[in-house]
Amino acid sequence: MKQADFLKVVLPFKDKVFRLAKRLLVSTEEAEDATQELLFKLWKSKEKIASYKNVEAFAMTMTKNYCYDRLKSKQANNLTLVHSNYKENETSLDKKLEYQDSVNQVHLLIEKLPEHQKIIIQLRDIEQYDFEEICIMVDMKPTAVRVALSRARKKIREQLTKNHNYGVS
Amino acid sequence: MELANIEELVEKYLDATTTLQEEATLKKYFTGDNVAIHLQEYTSLFNYFAIAKEEQFKKTINLATKKSKKRNSPWFSAAAAVALLVGLFFGKQQYDENEQRKEAQRIYVQVSKGLTLLSSNLKKGEQAVAVLYAYENTINKKLK
Repeated sequence: MKQADFLKVVLPFKDKVFRLAKRLLVSTEEAEDATQELLFKLWKSKEKIASYKNVEAFAMTMTKNYCYDRLKSKQANNLTLVHSNYKENETSLDKKLEYQDSVNQVHLLIEKLPEHQKIIIQLRDIEQYDFEEICIMVDMKPTAVRVALSRARKKIREQLTKNHNYGVS
Repeated sequence: MELANIEELVEKYLDATTTLQEEATLKKYFTGDNVAIHLQEYTSLFNYFAIAKEEQFKKTINLATKKSKKRNSPWFSAAAAVALLVGLFFGKQQYDENEQRKEAQRIYVQVSKGLTLLSSNLKKGEQAVAVLYAYENTINKKLK
């Protein structure tokens, strides 16, 4: 596999890897380093990749495991919690201002979820993978994935409704 | 899409039984402008999902053999330890040699000082004796 071929395989999902890494590691710098490292690892095992049917799922599993390791390792203990800035180029300014608060709020709510729910929300609601793929990526049974997803969604909804009714949103 | 239909989909969504297509329908509805008031709280959720998907990895991908700091670090520390030990070993030798040299120099200076003192005193004695001889000689001459 040549470098160009490899990039062709990798480019479509590099952003997904990055977003999942960021979801788990929180800081943008950490997520960038992780993505770089993961792509490099994939490149080194390029011989193996060629025989995989679903490189993307493999990459996402790798990302998940890598981020778990990072979180567990001591190095990650001095991770700084960075407030993420979302770049919205398409929405108009007034809409952006209107959304900013409530949208950031969703971000914070997801941040508070347990790790596996975070991953599943990320994979389903943001990346829109189907359930089969998610099951492979997180190595869980379909029912377990659905239960986790349902719990996560309900928890977020509950918080949002609470804030909405208080008029805090 | 009818409101009743959306409400039904929301329920299914919360139970995580919606298909991707149905979720796309929900997303379209909630990111649009005509959201029913009692469902307002979902707009921020679906808007967040839409925005979050736009974030990109912007750094250039580096595939050249590179630092990978983590893997190297045990070797680095081992090398550093060896270097330190070797340094200490040779450093100690150097230090000892240096100390010996200093000690020798100190002794040399003391001894040479003592010898100078001795020799200058001897010289004084010699002069005194010379004076005595001269005196005696003169006296002898006069007495003759």
